[in-house]
Amino acid sequence: MKRKKTPSSRALVRLWIFLALAGLLVLLSLLAPLLCPNDPYATSSSVMNHAPCAEYPLGTDRYGRCICSRVLMGARTSIFSATALVAITFVVGTILGMLAGWFGGIVDTIIMRIADAFLAFPQMVLAIAVAGILGGGMLNAMLALGVMGWTIYARLARAEVLALKKEPYVQAGILTGCGPIKIMVGTLLPNMLGPLVVNAATQVGVMMIGIAGLSFLGIGVTEPQAEWGSMINLSRAYVQLAPWAVLAPAGATIITVMIFNYLSDLIRDCLDVGVEK
Amino acid sequence: MGRYIGKRVLHVAWIMLAVSFLTFLLSYLSPGDAAMKKLNAQGVAVSEEVLEKTRESMGLNRSFLVQYGDWAWHALRFDLGTSYKDGFPVAEKLLKGLKNTAMLAVSSILLSLLVSLPFAFLCALKKDSWLDHLIRLFSFMGNSLPNFLISVLLVYFLCVRAKLLPVVANKSLSGLILPCLALSIPICSRFIRQFRAELLEQLGKPYVAGARARGVKSRYVLWNVLHNASISILTIIGLSVGTLLGGSVVIETIFRWPGLGKLAMDAITNRDYPVIQGFVLLSSLIYVTVNLITDVSYHLIDPRLREGEGE
Repeated sequence: MKRKKTPSSRALVRLWIFLALAGLLVLLSLLAPLLCPNDPYATSSSVMNHAPCAEYPLGTDRYGRCICSRVLMGARTSIFSATALVAITFVVGTILGMLAGWFGGIVDTIIMRIADAFLAFPQMVLAIAVAGILGGGMLNAMLALGVMGWTIYARLARAEVLALKKEPYVQAGILTGCGPIKIMVGTLLPNMLGPLVVNAATQVGVMMIGIAGLSFLGIGVTEPQAEWGSMINLSRAYVQLAPWAVLAPAGATIITVMIFNYLSDLIRDCLDVGVEK
Repeated sequence: MGRYIGKRVLHVAWIMLAVSFLTFLLSYLSPGDAAMKKLNAQGVAVSEEVLEKTRESMGLNRSFLVQYGDWAWHALRFDLGTSYKDGFPVAEKLLKGLKNTAMLAVSSILLSLLVSLPFAFLCALKKDSWLDHLIRLFSFMGNSLPNFLISVLLVYFLCVRAKLLPVVANKSLSGLILPCLALSIPICSRFIRQFRAELLEQLGKPYVAGARARGVKSRYVLWNVLHNASISILTIIGLSVGTLLGGSVVIETIFRWPGLGKLAMDAITNRDYPVIQGFVLLSSLIYVTVNLITDVSYHLIDPRLREGEGE
């Protein structure tokens, strides 16, 4: 069943389109302060729950803040925190997994038992508990999600190292006197990057949903900082009066997560590697 | 068989020990003084004297390991301490919540299975047809939606706009519909995706082609396919319990469903640490046990696995 196939040109075109879309979102989030029609933090008592109009393209929330500006600034929070989180867990998990796989023995046992213990928690339950106990804030929310996030990469990297260790070219590297660091970084890492990258790509959407979920519960990114989850939570009680205050951040979340999720599907198809569930 | 189960149970016991340690560590490392939190949660005026007394009675002056040992020993006997907020035993509160959450979770899983299995079969049998693409599109969308978003949108469209259902859940059937739907949609979407992949793999195997060539009726072939796919299906269901437990916190908070998740969220708001601890411990116990049961049930379903047990 498992055989490498070259991705079709149609799949590659799609991949580039969605890479461009994701790039556009990142660009949008980086340029957010310049694109905002209004100050995202300025409150105004005269335009509370105002319907969309020329001055406020997506209306205002219950404090009279411009929804459009807040959604744009929220993109920054969401995309930045999710990608940063994935990058950190990727690096930490990969290093630990490689160490476990390469050295084996006691190092392997300690690292993998710790990973096993973390995997025994349902991810969101642990994240909610950690974020809840530490109190809100973006850093705490990221810590709460990252505490478990690294285990995926660690397990994957370990399995890959164990498989690659037996390859003749790795053995040859050892024989020519390369140190463990040189072999791990120079030889092993480039050969196992595929599955790791695919997993990292799937995790971006997961982390976005996670951060938005924690913020929605009030234990992630907190007011007044603009974040889609907390915006939806703040406005949901007023959904009858001002549906735009809920629908705009909701739409932004759906579109962003879908683009990143579809992108990860495409990356997986093009690299043709399985994803650990 | 017995040996295999014994080995697995031992592994679970070891995992739970690590889990309990991490859970205890969680609140031990939490910022602030536990005695202070307890007094605050109860709304008692805090003086140095009262604080010292509370610390003494809570055993906070002992070393970390002694405190953990004491806590774990009590936890083993289902004594998870008392709530800071109202002094009720935590285990009792959790049990009450568990009943409601179980009702929600079981109905969500049943609903998800009921919808996803036929759809997955449809997709796998009519691969690359427009129907397959449509169902996959919906399952992709459902998979990308955070559950709180689904809840808020459901409330907006079904309750506020269409006025079909009550906004606040009561314990009647109509109150169960919305939280159950909100929990099911992401799970159902994931099920369709994963079941479809598994069914496609089974349908591509030689035994299917062989059976069809021999003229075996389609429904017998499909029954075999389902039987052979059941191990993966069970695994997928087992793993979804984790999603359910995490999702229940969000869903129950939104719909005010008096289950475990709402209990946990209230405890977080009140900084009621023993309840949070209990919730985390119970959640992972459920998660680990469910996955243990699925592991063991493979051996009942698939006789091929019983062969290599001696290893």
